[in-house]
Amino acid sequence: MEEKQLLAQIRNLSVEYKTRLGQVSAVDGVSFDIYKGEILGLVGESGCGKSTMGKALMRMIQPPGKITDGQIIFQGEDIMTYDDNQMRDFRGRKVSMIFQDPMTSLNPTQRVDEHIIEAIQVHESQTKTEEALTRAEKMIRKLGMQRRRMNSYPHQLSGGMRQRVMVGLGLVLNADLIVADEATTSLDVIVEAQLADQLKDIREEFGVSLLVITHNIALVAEISDRIVVMYAGHVMEIADVEPIFDNPLHPYTRGLLKSIPNIKLVDTEELYKMPGEPPNLTHPPSGCRFHPRCPRAMPICKTYEPDLEEVSSGRFVKCWLYIDHPEKESETIKVEA
Amino acid sequence: MSSSLRRFLITRILLTIPMVLILVTLIFFVMRVLPGDPIRSQLGPRVSEEQANVLRERLGLNRPLYVQYFDFLWDMVTLDFGTALTQGERPIKDELGERLPATIELTIPAITITALLGILSGAFAAKNRKKPIDYAIRLMSIAIYSIPIFFMGLLFQIVFSVRIPILPLSGRMDTLLLTQFESITNFYVIDSILTGNWPALKSAIGHLIMPSITLGLALTGVFVRLTRVNMIEMLQSDFITAGRARGIPERRLVYKHALRNTFIPILTLLGLQFAILLAGAVLTETTFSWPGVGRYLVDRIELRDYTAVQATIAVFALFVAAISLLMDILYAFIDPRIRY
Repeated sequence: MEEKQLLAQIRNLSVEYKTRLGQVSAVDGVSFDIYKGEILGLVGESGCGKSTMGKALMRMIQPPGKITDGQIIFQGEDIMTYDDNQMRDFRGRKVSMIFQDPMTSLNPTQRVDEHIIEAIQVHESQTKTEEALTRAEKMIRKLGMQRRRMNSYPHQLSGGMRQRVMVGLGLVLNADLIVADEATTSLDVIVEAQLADQLKDIREEFGVSLLVITHNIALVAEISDRIVVMYAGHVMEIADVEPIFDNPLHPYTRGLLKSIPNIKLVDTEELYKMPGEPPNLTHPPSGCRFHPRCPRAMPICKTYEPDLEEVSSGRFVKCWLYIDHPEKESETIKVEA
Repeated sequence: MSSSLRRFLITRILLTIPMVLILVTLIFFVMRVLPGDPIRSQLGPRVSEEQANVLRERLGLNRPLYVQYFDFLWDMVTLDFGTALTQGERPIKDELGERLPATIELTIPAITITALLGILSGAFAAKNRKKPIDYAIRLMSIAIYSIPIFFMGLLFQIVFSVRIPILPLSGRMDTLLLTQFESITNFYVIDSILTGNWPALKSAIGHLIMPSITLGLALTGVFVRLTRVNMIEMLQSDFITAGRARGIPERRLVYKHALRNTFIPILTLLGLQFAILLAGAVLTETTFSWPGVGRYLVDRIELRDYTAVQATIAVFALFVAAISLLMDILYAFIDPRIRY
């Protein structure tokens, strides 16, 4: 990929949920880009806002949640200004989504061919059923499934096959971006590896971009080109996949990478456990949201929130370690665990 | 039809036999345990014991109980139903042959009203959850549910045939038309179409409106609530979210995808409610002087007409069993997971 072309720019996006305990800012001022034909990994712990981010990208946040601020510029247009009809056309035709549980994400009373034909005809009302059927068949074969699977109901398919049908539903409309929200999490390791491989093939063949949302860093290392690390609703680090694994800059990324179980781990070596717990987002910590758990926290981290800044080409970090500030003191303070 | 489905249906049909048998046996003995007897209720208390015995012997009530019981079972098997003990002692078959069509003619529009109104407004409420229209529908459904059938019937009669006389008060057809009405199937609507008797058709339909709405509304409340609850759950399910993410229009998601998947619990209830519908038919028939099976049953229970009550209950039981069988077949068509 020599000259990377922009597909989407997410700018300063915020999502809030109204709860009885107050406003929860699940996603707070998040910005990142998605390029054409890339696989972008979005990683973080459970509850860091990565799934919310995926839904927000398609403006599918349901009440009591709400996108409170920001822009989503997709192929040059801000989809936040779209009306309901434009939005419906956008979903499925431009961006498509694969979900975590393949067992429940297909309609149990609809056959595979009915799913695909419906998806085509909802967006292209002039397409005849026979033509849609031919396209559906082609897609099914491309995904390595037998033609007779077209007449199957979801409960007759394995988890891996269902996920492939979901992928096919996105590709048959030539979507530009596929959002895979924990799409491989509930599959067993072998099927997971197959699907991951297939996602890579699909990118090659269709030139589609993929946003892979997962907590599985090993998976992301395997298939992504770039990685966005989220913590407590903030983007902490953005980088290409190799540099981030060779040299993680943000202390949170570092902790995250250290906590991956490794088969080569010696028995006496203990797996790294990050101190503390993810913060309660009704009352997020002041300053940098990671400072209460950060082994390298400085006094400034408590009071001022760092910006996400580009420290080298294509590499963004939201951390005072790499940014200058007049009040910044270099002395590291001890944090109670 | 797959062989597993065939086996399922055969088992299902065979199971209705012990069910009906248990029910009619129960009725046979309960009727005889109840105080009062058909002879005294016909002849009055002042008749001598000899005279009563003459009648008792003629009607076969002096025979041992087990003989009467097997005689009754045989009547059921041969679908003969025997002869009523009271009031002209007409063959029960003739009586039911006239009255059953009347009851069916009343219950079919009623259950249609219940299903359509209940399911659609339930789905609509679920789609507009927590909006004023949702609260309005829920309130209405509770209100309708808590009004007794006969009271609702009376209310309708007062409003629509006394105050604003647009609908007939009771019966199945205008008496004038009835004198020259030719009945073939005893379904008046069908008969009047068959004979091309248009004034009779108009009268038959006019007479059906109030009773069928009364009966239909009475059961609507349950359906509204059941549909609403199941739809809300269904609308939060993953495949609906996935459909939304594919750009499928909201209305299609609600009324096609979610509703079809909600049909299983609704059908179960519909089958069960049919029994309640027949009970409701008894009240409705009484309120609107509808010459159906329900009124027959009430009359004959009062007279302790053992054979007539037994036969009517058996017919009710067969009816309910047939409906629940139909529901099981419908499941298979709606849900592929049951079919395969």
